Amino acid sequence: METKAFQRIYTQLTGITKATVSLRAQGVANEELAMVHGRLAQVVKIMGDMVTLQVFSGTEGIPTNAEVVFFGEPPKLKVSDDLAGRFFDAYGRPMFGDSEIEGEPREIGGPSVNPLRRKQPSELIATGIAGIDLNNTLVTGQKIPFFADPDQPFNQVMAMVALRAQADKIILGGMGLSNDDFLFFKNVFENAGALDRIISFVNTTEQPPVERLLVPDMALTAAEYFAVEKKEKVLVLLTDMTLYADALSIVSNRMDQIPSKDSMPGSLYSDLAKIYEKAVQFPDGGSITIIAVTTLSGGDITHAIPDNTGYITEGQLFLRTDSDTGKVIVDPFRSLSRLKQLVIGKKTREDHPQVMNAAVRLYADAANAKTKLENGFDLTEYDERALKFARDYSEKLLAIDVNVEVDTMLNTAWQLFAKYFSKTEVAIKNELVEKYWPAN
Amino acid sequence: MKTQGKVTGIISNLVVVEVDGPVAQNEICYINLAGTKLMAEVIKVIGKLAYVQVFESTRGLRVGTPVEFQGHMLEVTLGPGLLSKNYDGLQHDLAKMKGIFLQRGDYTDALDFDSEWDFTPLVEPGTQVVAADWLGEVPENWVKHKIMVPFTFTDKYTVKSIVPAGKYKVSDTIAVLVDSKGEEHKVTMYQKWPVKKAITAYKEKPRPFKILETGVRVIDTLNPIAEGGTGFIPGPFGCGKTVLQHALAKQANADMIIMAACGERANEVVEIFTEFPHLDDPRTGRKLMERTTIICNTSNMPVAAREASVYTAMTIGEYYRSMGLKVLLLADSTSRWAQALREMSNRLEELPGPDAFPMDLSAVIANFYARAGFVYLNNGNTGSVTFIGTVSPAGGNLKEPVTESTKKAARCFYALSQQRADSKRYPAIDPMDSYSKYLEYPEIQEYLNKNISEKWVSLVMKSKNIIQRGREAYEQINILGDDGVPLDYHDRYWKAEIIDFVVLQQDAFDKIDCNTPLNRQRYMLEKVMQICDTNFHFDGFEQCSSYYKRIINALKQMNYSEFQSEEFYNYEKELETILNERRVQ
Repeated sequence: METKAFQRIYTQLTGITKATVSLRAQGVANEELAMVHGRLAQVVKIMGDMVTLQVFSGTEGIPTNAEVVFFGEPPKLKVSDDLAGRFFDAYGRPMFGDSEIEGEPREIGGPSVNPLRRKQPSELIATGIAGIDLNNTLVTGQKIPFFADPDQPFNQVMAMVALRAQADKIILGGMGLSNDDFLFFKNVFENAGALDRIISFVNTTEQPPVERLLVPDMALTAAEYFAVEKKEKVLVLLTDMTLYADALSIVSNRMDQIPSKDSMPGSLYSDLAKIYEKAVQFPDGGSITIIAVTTLSGGDITHAIPDNTGYITEGQLFLRTDSDTGKVIVDPFRSLSRLKQLVIGKKTREDHPQVMNAAVRLYADAANAKTKLENGFDLTEYDERALKFARDYSEKLLAIDVNVEVDTMLNTAWQLFAKYFSKTEVAIKNELVEKYWPAN
Repeated sequence: MKTQGKVTGIISNLVVVEVDGPVAQNEICYINLAGTKLMAEVIKVIGKLAYVQVFESTRGLRVGTPVEFQGHMLEVTLGPGLLSKNYDGLQHDLAKMKGIFLQRGDYTDALDFDSEWDFTPLVEPGTQVVAADWLGEVPENWVKHKIMVPFTFTDKYTVKSIVPAGKYKVSDTIAVLVDSKGEEHKVTMYQKWPVKKAITAYKEKPRPFKILETGVRVIDTLNPIAEGGTGFIPGPFGCGKTVLQHALAKQANADMIIMAACGERANEVVEIFTEFPHLDDPRTGRKLMERTTIICNTSNMPVAAREASVYTAMTIGEYYRSMGLKVLLLADSTSRWAQALREMSNRLEELPGPDAFPMDLSAVIANFYARAGFVYLNNGNTGSVTFIGTVSPAGGNLKEPVTESTKKAARCFYALSQQRADSKRYPAIDPMDSYSKYLEYPEIQEYLNKNISEKWVSLVMKSKNIIQRGREAYEQINILGDDGVPLDYHDRYWKAEIIDFVVLQQDAFDKIDCNTPLNRQRYMLEKVMQICDTNFHFDGFEQCSSYYKRIINALKQMNYSEFQSEEFYNYEKELETILNERRVQ
């Protein structure tokens, strides 16, 4: 961001907190950017001629006589096809000493799409993972997070989904990404030869936390450019949104706001919704799909961050290690894709909805049987069969290392039904049973 | 002379304005940001400073920007053409907005002022009229849209003249009224009304005495909602709140449906936009969209307008009620509205109540629910607004302020249970935790017994009892083990499961099962209760579960078949055969 001629330079700060500075200045616009002592800052509050600025990289070492220059405009990102294949920091500046890109500057965090101009999402995103494709089918224009404990391989699964999903562009928004994970993403994308489809905006753990607040808006501004103007299918990966929310709470705390649940700001729902709702299917083919990661602490989904996220996103995917098979699975009970109804049985085979429900129901029977077993009760013959079914179901379908087509998943499910259960126990509509029940 | 002001402070969408004249609480003003007008509402005044909440983003706003106050509160425009429209929370027509993105200050008219309507007068000159009396009517879709004496008219009036039948625009004068002082008032086909005030131009609001059929068995059969009643659906995310609301919107026996999408997902609204124009109303055969109006403030739209959106929806509902229609108002979700109140209260630095919500939350919610109701209009006709809101309790905890406040205000409580949702028992309404206070009203009991069957209410109570006893038996089985309890416990548990699978669970995505008319609900409940009254013989508990599963399967196939079709009776015969196998005579 260059300074322009005839800009007023202020040199008298009247207040400094850990994240904000305030000074007297005139003619300042809300949300405009400024340079404070060589650091980027944004106007967050104006009262008369008293202006409060949020300094993204923290206020350590800023003196009261620091130079403050206002830019007169909100944060922007230069957009053009040159974005593809590049890595940027949270301010949208190229990393690794790359040259600046040419392009049209766009305000980040722009207005939302008129709901009437959206199209109902209807295109399936195949990932080859049955825990997703069979039970929780993803659709373009959807927004869905992985709910995972920090020790689970969510970044690996997300990278896998991204590469299999056949998107025109993949935009990675990394917030508080560890350097190791950042290099992991970089390597995976490079090895897959997909680098030219990928754009990354990254704030690593080595960088100041408040900078993270810019990352999702940067990533989504780039996404909107490709989805609206180039009519491309864009997949946005946001990891980790919990760290983003933590940064929000830091700022609101420094601004003396009254915290609501779990010391999060009262506006957490709106703040998260503004990001996730950028997911959209446009009528002319372009789309933005958001897959995010929300890390949980000890699997607690009642914490304000996963809770608010769950109300905004169109479902959630839970990862869990299945103790019976030792494999990481997508938990069929707690995961949900709300948009699956738009494609299952329509874009996939007619038996998909009922097979999906029956399998999950039988898997639940197995879970009950397991509880019984743990409590030291005898199992019925049905319980025994349910348990065997559950083991096979988990290994052959739920495990994330399985990579097959949806039809194969359905056939496998029918085979498992026939192997362990009678037709009445499976309780699927008769006409489907007659058509798909394996002959022997 | 309108009061003017200029901006002196900005904190997110709370703006402080120094004014040069009188301002009223809740008065609307426009902030003129370089030619773009941003709508805002006064929420606090201290001396010369008015605190306004802006219904738009305040990015780029500067100190000194001029503001013009309008001298009225937030109003909606009421007149022919509201049906089938898609509005934002402030009643701007979304279809008329330009471009893909919502631009600040793109405020479009709620009505089409150019189109003409076929007006038929209903009164003669010389007739005495008061507010809300019908002067004439125009056909709007299939509704006879009444043109009424404006609700703001407080006097008694005499019709001086009324135009003859013909085509008129909404802004044309159709009648001239003379008040008691002899002054003349021109009446057009549209009027304005402040959304936060209830429209009370009716004769009487009795206790509700009829039920509103929804086609959802767990509601109609077990916990029916009254026409003009109130209900709410709290539940953690992923429990099917929205699917349930959409089912109600599709099937409920109402003349008009207003959906207030309040701070929820845009794709859910898009689903309605996409599907409703094609889906048939099961009662009239017309398209669902013809009876639906959508007020849409999705979660990414400006927060302040979210609060306004539910009021806008309610006011439109009250307007159509005054025409003698049955209106069903659905709001998803009222928690988002409460959160919008919280954000503002926070910025105003008010002392917070529980969970940082404003102290008057409970009163605000109760006040809103009280606007629903069944009414006798001045001309003896009846109309109703039935309101069902969803609540999204934080962390699925029903002990949070919004749920608790709503529980005090609403008469029906449909608790969605995480446990039921996890085991895919949809709709996940918990039959025991939920209640309908209307079931205790003698007038409702009488209505049900008269209109469904003689012993209906006692049959329903009995079925609830069986579910309760089944649940107790299940707990015992879990504690003591399958063979640690008498066989009788298993029998009791499985009888409750029949009710669960056949009556409570319903497939919202199946063409037939999604909507069950009352006569079919009666048939199935009576069938199921007969089975529950039958004694069966078993040698052991293993036999019990496999036998009952067969019964459930046969009954479920009946649910999936066209009512009283050949297929239906075939499954019923199959069921009889199964029952005869083990029936103890």
